[in-house]
Amino acid sequence: MQNIIKLITVSLLVFILGIFYLSLNRSSNYDTKFLVGNKIADIELKSLQNEKFFTNDDFKNNKYTLINFWASWCAPCRVEHPYLMMLSKHQHLKILGINFKDKKINALKFLEELGDPYHYLAKDSFGKQSVNFGIYGIPESILIDNKFKILKKIIGPLNEKDLEEIKEIIKS
Amino acid sequence: MKIKILYLILFFNISICASSNEILNESQIHKNLRCLVCQGQSISDSNSEFAQTLKMVVKDLIKQGKTEDEIYNFLSDKYGDWILYKPKFNYENFLLWSFPYLVLVFGGFIIVFLIRKRQKKT
Repeated sequence: MQNIIKLITVSLLVFILGIFYLSLNRSSNYDTKFLVGNKIADIELKSLQNEKFFTNDDFKNNKYTLINFWASWCAPCRVEHPYLMMLSKHQHLKILGINFKDKKINALKFLEELGDPYHYLAKDSFGKQSVNFGIYGIPESILIDNKFKILKKIIGPLNEKDLEEIKEIIKS
Repeated sequence: MKIKILYLILFFNISICASSNEILNESQIHKNLRCLVCQGQSISDSNSEFAQTLKMVVKDLIKQGKTEDEIYNFLSDKYGDWILYKPKFNYENFLLWSFPYLVLVFGGFIIVFLIRKRQKKT
């Protein structure tokens, strides 16, 4: 009987140490990259420029669409803007820009100053739509295919590495 | 006239109860949702952009008639279980929920064993 108790105690100890080992070696940075492979939420966004509504129908014929959340007041958005400009020239990729909690006049001024990489320009005035896409800060970008499957999720500003990875995905 | 006044009082009581219920549910939900951009705060304790947005979304979902569980399911689909302070009971979290009970049973088992052993000695 004592042997059984010893065995169970040792097993428990090994189990607890195992949990500690796994937990301490796991990255503690939270992100939503687990959404990659999932289908994106139904798109229903109001245009920034007019009364038009964008829905899934507007994007189903695009081979790839990059959804980019941005705002004129967001400094990192300025950093990633040149990369968006480069990606906008790619024929297989269309970019949907979702202007987040911003004023229209400031948003348009931003694009006038830095260039407009967006094929579609929508707004999320109160930020509520961003929750449907699992966004928790801007800038964030989501690459989807024509089946609305998430291929890549970039949290924070796009950089050289992201640019190359996106190019690699969309060249096929 | 008296009956009309009674009806009026009843009507106001019901609406006050309904609204306080809604406020209670909303703040309870806020307390169980983690502010993902804050350090150890729920959205109830935070005034960050993210917390404010989430509060608006929760309000909308309540207005749409969603239950507390439906709201948690919706948000954990978008942000993972990490957004919930109280983890869901599912196969991934099974051990987390059952481990304290297993320890309790195991501890009880050891105590009984030790008591019996002592009784035998005496």
